[in-house]
Amino acid sequence: MAETELSEKSQAHGAGRAHPGTKEYVRIGVILAVITAAEVATYYVQKDLGAWLRPILFSLSGLKFTLVVLWFMHLRFDSRLYSRFFLIGVCGAVTLYLIVLMTFRVFAR
Amino acid sequence: MSSVSVPAEERPGLLRRPTAVTGLWSWFTTVDHKKIGILYGLTAFVFFLVGGLEALLIRSQLAQPNGKLLTAAQYDQVFTMHGLTMVFLFVMPMSAAFLNYMIPLMIGARDVAFPRLNAFSYWLFLFGGLFLYSSFFLGGAPNGGWFGYAPNSTTDPSPGMTFYALGLLLAGIASTAGAINLGVTVLNMRAPGMSFFRVPVFVWMGLVVQMLLAFSLPIITVALIELLFDRRFGTHFFDPAVGGDPLLWQHLFWLFGHPEVYILILPAFGIFSEVLPVFSRKPLFGYQFVVFSGISIGFIGFGVWAHHMFAVGLGPVANTAFGISTAIIAVPTGVKIFNWMATMHGGDLRFTTAMLFSVGGVMNFVIGGLSGVTHAIVPADYQQTDTYYIVAHFHYVLFGGAVLGIFSGLFYWWPKVFGRMLGEKLGKVQFWLMVIGLNLTFGPMHILGLQGMIRRTYTYPASLGLTFWNQVATVGSFTIAAGVLVFVVNAVSSLRGPKDAPADPWDGRTLEWMTSSPPPVHNFDEIPTVHALDEFWHRKYTEDKSGRPVPVQAGASEQPHPGGGGHEIHLPGPSYWPLVGALGLQLVGYGIIYGWWLAFVGAALLLVGVFGWALEPSAE
Amino acid sequence: MAQAAVEHHGGGSEHATSTGLPSTKLAMWLFLASDCLFFGALITSYVLYRGASVQGPFPRDVFDIPYTSVSSFVLLGSSLTMVLAVAAAQRRDLGRMRIWLLATAMLGMTFVGGQVYEFTRFYNEGLSLSKNLFGSTFFVLTGFHGAHVAIGILMLLSLVSFSYADKLPEDAGFPVEMIGLYWHFVDIVWIVIFTVVYLIPTGNPGK
Repeated sequence: MAETELSEKSQAHGAGRAHPGTKEYVRIGVILAVITAAEVATYYVQKDLGAWLRPILFSLSGLKFTLVVLWFMHLRFDSRLYSRFFLIGVCGAVTLYLIVLMTFRVFAR
Repeated sequence: MSSVSVPAEERPGLLRRPTAVTGLWSWFTTVDHKKIGILYGLTAFVFFLVGGLEALLIRSQLAQPNGKLLTAAQYDQVFTMHGLTMVFLFVMPMSAAFLNYMIPLMIGARDVAFPRLNAFSYWLFLFGGLFLYSSFFLGGAPNGGWFGYAPNSTTDPSPGMTFYALGLLLAGIASTAGAINLGVTVLNMRAPGMSFFRVPVFVWMGLVVQMLLAFSLPIITVALIELLFDRRFGTHFFDPAVGGDPLLWQHLFWLFGHPEVYILILPAFGIFSEVLPVFSRKPLFGYQFVVFSGISIGFIGFGVWAHHMFAVGLGPVANTAFGISTAIIAVPTGVKIFNWMATMHGGDLRFTTAMLFSVGGVMNFVIGGLSGVTHAIVPADYQQTDTYYIVAHFHYVLFGGAVLGIFSGLFYWWPKVFGRMLGEKLGKVQFWLMVIGLNLTFGPMHILGLQGMIRRTYTYPASLGLTFWNQVATVGSFTIAAGVLVFVVNAVSSLRGPKDAPADPWDGRTLEWMTSSPPPVHNFDEIPTVHALDEFWHRKYTEDKSGRPVPVQAGASEQPHPGGGGHEIHLPGPSYWPLVGALGLQLVGYGIIYGWWLAFVGAALLLVGVFGWALEPSAE
Repeated sequence: MAQAAVEHHGGGSEHATSTGLPSTKLAMWLFLASDCLFFGALITSYVLYRGASVQGPFPRDVFDIPYTSVSSFVLLGSSLTMVLAVAAAQRRDLGRMRIWLLATAMLGMTFVGGQVYEFTRFYNEGLSLSKNLFGSTFFVLTGFHGAHVAIGILMLLSLVSFSYADKLPEDAGFPVEMIGLYWHFVDIVWIVIFTVVYLIPTGNPGK
């Protein structure tokens, strides 16, 4: 719900909506630290997680990636054009290189 | 500028900006997109002549069986450098020349978004090219083909492929900087009223090319770094002896290499799309289709790379998928062909040299495009791959399409750039020499390829029965060379003649024809406000009831203003730091081959360039 | 990067642009998007050769996860100080801006220092560029990341010294924000490297 509220707001204000303040940044920083701690924690319980390890790790690092990009790099608040460029870069890279790795049958090993 | 609190004159001498705008030195410090465009064009043309000489060497060697002109080792260097020169040092920078010169004029801007970065790109391209060619004197030129397949490229003992890796890295950095610069220019510097669908097609194709560059160059950068490290620092990226896979190189190379093909051809498509409407006196048929097909070529161009690798054993699934995507990319390309034909249909055609080159370019490109589609059929490709059939295909595309397109652009925009016309008679002689020559050279290669003549072979025995068509091809290549010679004569005599070209010699449609020939340093006395696609045309003509163009009544039209005013217009000042920085990077390149001390000197020079650049006061 | 940020300093922002967005920021995002494919290719090389080395040392033999975790926290922390520097610069609070920029640079140097130490230790344990595929791919990937961090540190320190020399534009927030974008990008690349290279265990051949 907060999600839709924010995105409506950012549309109403158009490009260049005010960036968040110190408190917000510190809060994001704390969240990032907690996620990193969770990531490191998986190292100690690798065996117990079994097949879950990789999905968990990828979700956690994906979450961190997204948080930094949206808040610290301000994509959540800035013009959509920047996001489009960056998305083309990230999605393009992921797609192309996954196809390359698939032709090597890396994931079947 | 608000940042500079002290006037420039009071600053230490080292940081003062150079001021010369004429004379030899001004060419070293210029940040004017027009001068940089001319530098790009001149340099690229010199490399074209050198690459052409290499082509003549190749054809002379193959003119008879068991040719003795070149040894096998020399032949390897010559065909590799021919490919590298034509791709990286001629077609790409020649496109950069047109885009640099024309984008700001066509979108009604005074310069590109980052003028000094533009100069940096040019110098780094020049130094990269010189770096590559210096290898001839420093132990041997690159000899592993322009594609540099590993492990041949990683294990060859001559230093050639190290020069290859470093030279292309330098040129790649130059192109990346240029791509970001020109891309942002198109996005951000358009004249008031010029929405995206009022942007000329040439500029659109330029934008697509810059995006392709920005997203494909980092891939080849990594491939070249890995090649360099394998050769120089003992890594094993492509070394099968310890588990490495040479196929990784092929993937990374063609992930870049196929978008690169569109980087080479799309500027020519843009030129066709400007020239054909002007000399048909009709708007481009289906402007939006041409633009969107250009964009979709850009996207699909990233999804077809493995069709260069059908024979390496990717497996049936991958081969089928890439065969299909390769067939699909022919669709947007075909859309463009039909749009160009429809543009000419019913038009008031004028066959000037520029028009001839565009029509010839489209026709010869179609031949190359069709032979290209035959490669999408995987079993057929097994037969054709690594034969002269492939050589025939890509020369029809790149020579028939891109090079004829470039000459079309040269004849079309020459009066705008130099204020003088090129001779039409000599131009037509050149056109016919080149078109006949190219079909004589590359047409027979289809047959040679299907007869089984392999690519990159330095000789062949008489018993194979390949002699006749090889001789025809050699005759053709010298015919092309005669055509190029005619152009050189034409260009020199034009530059010696009087500056008498009118501002709008072709009855043009786009903004660059509104300003004088050559344009004043600030491009436009007053930035035009744009109301329509083909803005300048609509200022000159309206339509009668039957849709025929009639001139706007005298007085109501805005005639081109000759330059002369605009003294108060603020332009970026010249700078020598881009040159210093680019030189530093080149020294780093030599340092990686010859010793760390030289690399440190280069890095220091680069830093001096960057900080000089950063702290340079803006010219007052 | 530094160049792009500085072009702005030389002009550009004062002219209205067609998109209404500053050219330098557009250029920076385009550069970062392009850099995604750069690091993507390096990471792909690493993943392709994961577990393909024919002789040790293997990742399991040399990695010290608790040590690298500390490095990761340091780099993540530097992203927070960076964003605080941007916020201070945008408020035109030059004093705070310098403090946070210096803090960011210090954290960055700690990270690079840690990396140098890690590389040395690995080397002493027998892992080199030429030892095996793991050495080749690991050192080149993390080395290029480290070089990106080092360039970032250089830009941060330049910003601080420019600010003392009164050479920043009046709107100091802009160049700081640009270099911040670069810095965060280097951080998110590390987020991926930390997971893919360090945290996901690699099966050694024959084990």
